[in-house]
Amino acid sequence: MVWAILSIKVENKPGILFKVTHLFRSRNFNIDSISVGVTEDKKYSRMTITTIGDEKQITQIVKQLDKMIDTIEVRRLDVNNSVYRELVMFKIKVSKPEDSMEINKLASAYSAKTHDAKKESIIVEMTATPHQISAFEELAKKFGIKEMARTGITALEREEHEH
Amino acid sequence: MNETMIGATALMKALEKEGVKEVFGLPGGANLPMYDELGKSNIRHILVRHEQSAAHMADGFGRVSRKPGVCFATSGPGATNLLTGIATAQADSAPMVAVTGQVPVAMIGKDAFQESDIIGMANPALKYSYQPRTPEEIPTMVKQGFYIAETGRPGPVLLDIPKDVQQNEANIPFPDEVRVPGYHPWTDPDMQNTARAVELLLSAQKPIILAGGGVIISSAFAELQSIAELLMIPVVTTFKGKGAFPENHPLSLGPIGMHGHAEANKLMTEADCVLAIGTRFSDRSVGTFEEFEKNLKIIHMDVDPAEIGKNQTTSVAVVGDVRTSLRIFGKLLMDKAVRPSDDNPWLKHVKETKQYWRENLKLHPGEMGAAKILRKLRELLPKESIVTTEVGQHQMWASLFFDAIHPGTFFSSTGLGTMGWGFPAAIGAKTARPDVPVVDIAGDGSFNMTEHSLATAVLEDLPVIVFLINNYSLGMVAQWQRTFYDRRMVGVDLKKCPDYVKLAESYGAQGIRAQSMDELEKAIKDGLNSDVATVIDIPIDPEEDVLPFVAPGTGLKDMILPS
Repeated sequence: MVWAILSIKVENKPGILFKVTHLFRSRNFNIDSISVGVTEDKKYSRMTITTIGDEKQITQIVKQLDKMIDTIEVRRLDVNNSVYRELVMFKIKVSKPEDSMEINKLASAYSAKTHDAKKESIIVEMTATPHQISAFEELAKKFGIKEMARTGITALEREEHEH
Repeated sequence: MNETMIGATALMKALEKEGVKEVFGLPGGANLPMYDELGKSNIRHILVRHEQSAAHMADGFGRVSRKPGVCFATSGPGATNLLTGIATAQADSAPMVAVTGQVPVAMIGKDAFQESDIIGMANPALKYSYQPRTPEEIPTMVKQGFYIAETGRPGPVLLDIPKDVQQNEANIPFPDEVRVPGYHPWTDPDMQNTARAVELLLSAQKPIILAGGGVIISSAFAELQSIAELLMIPVVTTFKGKGAFPENHPLSLGPIGMHGHAEANKLMTEADCVLAIGTRFSDRSVGTFEEFEKNLKIIHMDVDPAEIGKNQTTSVAVVGDVRTSLRIFGKLLMDKAVRPSDDNPWLKHVKETKQYWRENLKLHPGEMGAAKILRKLRELLPKESIVTTEVGQHQMWASLFFDAIHPGTFFSSTGLGTMGWGFPAAIGAKTARPDVPVVDIAGDGSFNMTEHSLATAVLEDLPVIVFLINNYSLGMVAQWQRTFYDRRMVGVDLKKCPDYVKLAESYGAQGIRAQSMDELEKAIKDGLNSDVATVIDIPIDPEEDVLPFVAPGTGLKDMILPS
């Protein structure tokens, strides 16, 4: 099983997200994460979908996505040659006064920002790879994670060569 | 060029520009403006009694004419009644444009009377869909819709038009050309891969050709036949590919699959290399995927890149319109091909195997056994006649015992397996080809599902023949219950209801019961000479099974033969 990042350029029209997700459902594939937003050209949106499957399944889903009329370009990004990040927010429990300082320290170790520091909780915002997010999550567990929200991965492939 | 008119007028004008001469449909509240304009146009309306039949008629029309058939339905239940027909067309890659009425734009999402989200419901069964929000969009969407429906791998397109969009007046553009940026229906076949395919096929000791429905869709009959004859390669087909290669040809072995010909299944499993053309390797054709590809090199030609490697691992793939691919393939062959001699061991074996099974397959002993009645039909029916089928035992008997000789004259719901498809599809086929006889080879269970279409056949002067192989039973289910469920028969006995002669007559059609070969011969002739639709009711033994039979989940080599 491999983890794949699919970058899908679609027409920026209503109903297309539905069609793309419906395709995953009807072909028996799973969406691991999804993020959507407009591109540099407002006529198009980019969907970044991560999925897990064997090579054959991933080839098949790329072909099925490519066949969709609303998709302009479908690319499977080279995971080793792409910048991929996810935005995550944690609401972390503050049980005792020194927790607050420790959470702040942990956050800054991960280049994360803190918001809305209250007596009971702090919101931590970080942009990182899924791996880093999991690592942070493990460490934050000792304080207690009240809520977590993730955006799903977005990614761009690096340029081939410097000329 | 722009013209000022209401949306419904623009729809009719756009359809006329696409060359539409007839639509199959049924009016209702949300498509009244369309019908008002339809009445004023030159387009013929063929009224159905249920929208599912309209979709099947459009499908039958589309498969025969290779132009999208058009069906109309109102919103809500009218639209949902089309669904089975749309899904059937999608499963068999048939070109279709379905036009539904929708509640007015401002009412969408308000759970209005007869509102259904038909675009959402039909999405996975559609090649594409449109819902214009202004009248100005209609002609462009019609033009794009036809282009999408009929090009590449054909399929159904839905236009869902809100009632106010039909009624409102606007200054409406009619484009002469349209672009669909994300749609690339054809790829040019890769020359290197085609050359590799030629090498591979020529190096095979026991080659076979598997022709699928794609050969029929792209009219690659002549190209296929010349390659088969040049290399003397035996040809099997999928069930959908029946009619891609003349079944009276010495190299023809007939369809493979669950109810394929014994010789076709046998030789398919013995071959070492297959040239598979325009097929998606459905489980019904190949049995279990792993078993099929064992010791077999697969050359796969298809228009749809997503079919390559979906079900089977291929050695070489050639993506592109299969007619174009076969032409290039044929040209490359010319320089290299050596016609095998008559004592070629594989060819000798093929010939012997075919002869053995053609002579020794045990058939039902009764006078009105399936093989006998279908061979009688073949004997009396002109070769260019078009045949459709329903779904069930009769369908598989037709596959086994009714030879399709003229290219592209045999059509069936092979993918979705929709009972009730054959009769309305035959009516649609007759609309496209009024010059040839059209016969629906039917079973009684299937015919029940759309028998109301007798009204359409009679009132619209579309004299098709229903060749009703009647065991008053859901025969295929009954066969499975006899075979796999220890004869525990549940829900399959149709208890001699209705009387099909009276049923036909009540619609003003001709009803004939044929209980002997003499009666059958007369009935077929009467049907062919009739100017009204004919139902030939042919009672058969309800215990007759379809054999050979490849049980689901097994390979072609595990075929069950008549004992």
